[in-house]
Amino acid sequence: MTRHIRHAGYFCALLLVALLLNAARVQVVQAPSYDRNPGNRRPDITRYEQPRGDILVGGRPVTGSRDTREHLRYERTYTDGPMYAPVTGFASQLYGTTLLENTEDGVLSGADPMLAPFPLWNDFTRARNAGGDVVTTLHPAAQEAAYRGLAGHKGAVAALEPSTGRILALVSAPSYDPQPLSGNGSAAARAWSRLTADKDRPMLNRAVRQTYPPGSTFKVVTAAAALDAGVVTDIEAPTDTPDPYPLPGTRTRLTNASKGCANASVREAFTFSCNTVFAKLGVEVGLADMTATAHAFGFGNGELRVPFPVARSTFDTSLDQAQLALSSIGQYNTRATPLQMAMVAAAVANGGQVRDPYLVERTTRPGGSTLATAGSRAIRQAMYPSTAVRLRAMMRDVVENGTGRHAAIRGAKVGGKTGTAQHGLGNSGTPYAWFVSWAQGDRDLAPRVAVAVVVEDAETDRGHISGGGDAAPIARAVMEAVLKSPAQPSG
Amino acid sequence: MSKAGITVATADPPAPAVRRLPRRRGIELALIVLAVLLSVYGYCAVGLARHGALPPGAAGYGAGLGVLALLAHLAVRLRAPYADPLLLPIGVLLNGLGLVLIYRLDLETPGDRAAPAQLVWSTLGVALFILVVLLLRDHRVLQRYTYVCVVAALILLTLPILFPAVNGARLWIRIAGFSIQPGEFAKVLLAVFFAAYLAANRNALAYTGRRIWKLQLPTGRVLGPIVAVWLVSVGVLVLERDLGTSLLFFGLFVVLLYVATGRTGWIAVGLLLAVLGAVAVGRLEPHVHSRIETWLDPFASIEAGEGANQLAQSLFAFAEGGMLGTGLGLGHSVLIGFAVKSDFILATAGEELGLAGIGAVFLLYGLLVERGFRAGLAQREPFGRLLAVGLATLVALQVFVIAGGVTGLIPLTGMAMPFLAQGGSSVVTNWAIVALLVRVSDSARRSYDGQDAR
Repeated sequence: MTRHIRHAGYFCALLLVALLLNAARVQVVQAPSYDRNPGNRRPDITRYEQPRGDILVGGRPVTGSRDTREHLRYERTYTDGPMYAPVTGFASQLYGTTLLENTEDGVLSGADPMLAPFPLWNDFTRARNAGGDVVTTLHPAAQEAAYRGLAGHKGAVAALEPSTGRILALVSAPSYDPQPLSGNGSAAARAWSRLTADKDRPMLNRAVRQTYPPGSTFKVVTAAAALDAGVVTDIEAPTDTPDPYPLPGTRTRLTNASKGCANASVREAFTFSCNTVFAKLGVEVGLADMTATAHAFGFGNGELRVPFPVARSTFDTSLDQAQLALSSIGQYNTRATPLQMAMVAAAVANGGQVRDPYLVERTTRPGGSTLATAGSRAIRQAMYPSTAVRLRAMMRDVVENGTGRHAAIRGAKVGGKTGTAQHGLGNSGTPYAWFVSWAQGDRDLAPRVAVAVVVEDAETDRGHISGGGDAAPIARAVMEAVLKSPAQPSG
Repeated sequence: MSKAGITVATADPPAPAVRRLPRRRGIELALIVLAVLLSVYGYCAVGLARHGALPPGAAGYGAGLGVLALLAHLAVRLRAPYADPLLLPIGVLLNGLGLVLIYRLDLETPGDRAAPAQLVWSTLGVALFILVVLLLRDHRVLQRYTYVCVVAALILLTLPILFPAVNGARLWIRIAGFSIQPGEFAKVLLAVFFAAYLAANRNALAYTGRRIWKLQLPTGRVLGPIVAVWLVSVGVLVLERDLGTSLLFFGLFVVLLYVATGRTGWIAVGLLLAVLGAVAVGRLEPHVHSRIETWLDPFASIEAGEGANQLAQSLFAFAEGGMLGTGLGLGHSVLIGFAVKSDFILATAGEELGLAGIGAVFLLYGLLVERGFRAGLAQREPFGRLLAVGLATLVALQVFVIAGGVTGLIPLTGMAMPFLAQGGSSVVTNWAIVALLVRVSDSARRSYDGQDAR
């Protein structure tokens, strides 16, 4: 019997070994794949176990966290949600994250290993770091001015600090409140289906993700190309331009909205936005130089991130002469995001230098100590400094004497350019009203702000839609807000 | 032949009439104190992890567990001084750890607190342990009650059929708010019956009857009654859909038959029958069929968009634990759902104590089983041997079936992890098992000492 008891004992030992080996298989070998299984809610639970870090505008958080005492414990809250939604995006337990909530998620959620005082020790203790904060470059007053200016319209505003590329305002209208999307209940699902079904697409970030034909605001680029290429040496000299101008190789005749464009000088043509002169200039500059200048301003760059990705603005590289003429006045296939046009204005204001725009000034640890600062940004020379000086003068003319009078600010130097972009089949759509501008206070050494405004559906009747009437006042409000505040140390 | 005989003769020293085995009660006491301290430590760890403060009941919990354990220890000192000093401390530690885990899970389900009831049942269990140790002076007395045991076991097994089903299985009877699982008690009674019957008939089983190929079949007159009992109990369990326990009884039956008769053929027959039965039941019974499918692909329900099932949640919990665990109180095994405190209690241990903790728990069970087998080996008379082996096998098989089920090694069958899981009947039964093992081991070592129990 003893022998058989021993055998039965060995059998039980075998069972024990099988259990131990299997436990090791599950807990060590298979564990990583189980952790990644979509049915495993632990990553979500861990993620929402602690309040999320905040996004700061002007030193004040525009986000918060609410303790729901539920399984997914902390939910995102937003202050002035619709105003900042094109910057913050949303952080939803059901629908993930977008925009800064998405690109800065590592810092905000505390997952970023940089937040750990001793990274390896953290792996060992499994402690999760408290979420860090994200300090934005936004100028709260400028953002508010842009948001209020666009109220009731469809459109977007982007404002930059020309010398640094800091984004001072980024607004898209109509907007939405990200707050109802935060949770995981049926209210979040309802809000989601309502927002996604809305034909006005409130969750579309028009300032960076939507491209529009830039219309006459693109004449800034064409003028820069013409001056840089030496096609125009004297901006006061009359150009040999017929009105109307027959597009090369076609019977189509290009006309102007304003009078007095025949043989107008470049300066006059810029001030009164003569299509004929700039279409002809573009043809004279040639495709290669036009493309090079447009790309120097940032057109064609699909890699720009602020840190969320910006839609590619386009200037076609294969055009016939007529298409080149139309492209040079911001029509045909020329398309730009509002942010791109703000970069154009900023380049003029900044002596011809383009700085890539950015939205995150720095990220901090929970205590406020700096985690990372905005690194150096790509700088390109879009035009000669001398060209920028002449363009600045021309843009000031637009505001002082031309189509951009609504943007004038007492006691400040303001330069601008209006645009009315036609779109739709046979120009059937309501034209887009554009305005790009920059402003320099009388005590400032350099322009402090560059703005681009686009209004998709200016509510005046069609004949009166113009960048000067609808978009310029919004730009002025944004510029005034920036000029009123004391100059910030540049980041 | 002669050489072998000489070897045996020299290896077997003459029975030492005066040699005294050490009693080692001091070691048992020290280990009990350690077990209680470990449990209190776990209780405090949960409180610190969850509330940042020592739980208010820590002192009371420690005192309660300590007093129970000390009373049990005194009973052993008094009436079973030669008993194996490891059995009782292992029971105390496993029971204490179970209480910690249930208390910890109670924090997740404030509306459904199971720890207080479990504490009451643990007290009853230890009381039963003390009663058995004090009153059952010699385990051989049980042999007189062979048929009382089998009748009682069958009655207990059939009783729940008269009561409404809970969660699809008729395993419980509810009296005054307490639910009792009579099948749990039936385990011990059947183990006693099998041991007693096989001890009484082992020669007839081994040496009579016809021989088919290599298998010596006992006569139907000898084998008949025990097969009948086994068939009835398994049949009842199938009716009650308690397939885990029927598997347990089958394994117990085969192991004891093998040990009693020494015939390897029984193992082959047992395995064959087990495979045939498993295939048949797996094919025919929808409940079991779905469990087998779940076992084969635990994540099918996730891919089907129906969320994670219990087994998948259990595997996620084990995986989250990794080597060292998340720490007591810091896991999310509550996601497993309603059986988290009972069938799936091991998943909480796996998540919060890690592979290290689970390995320690398995080794504790292994040690308990090993001490059971050792008691059987040291015992000289066949009933005691078979009883100890049967009880140890019961624990081993039960741990294997439930632990293998929740870790995806074998298809899941609902069973209670001995001592750890929520469930009063189970705790009481396991204390009875430990009490009987203490009794058998005491008698074995006492007789080795040359002093008969009476």
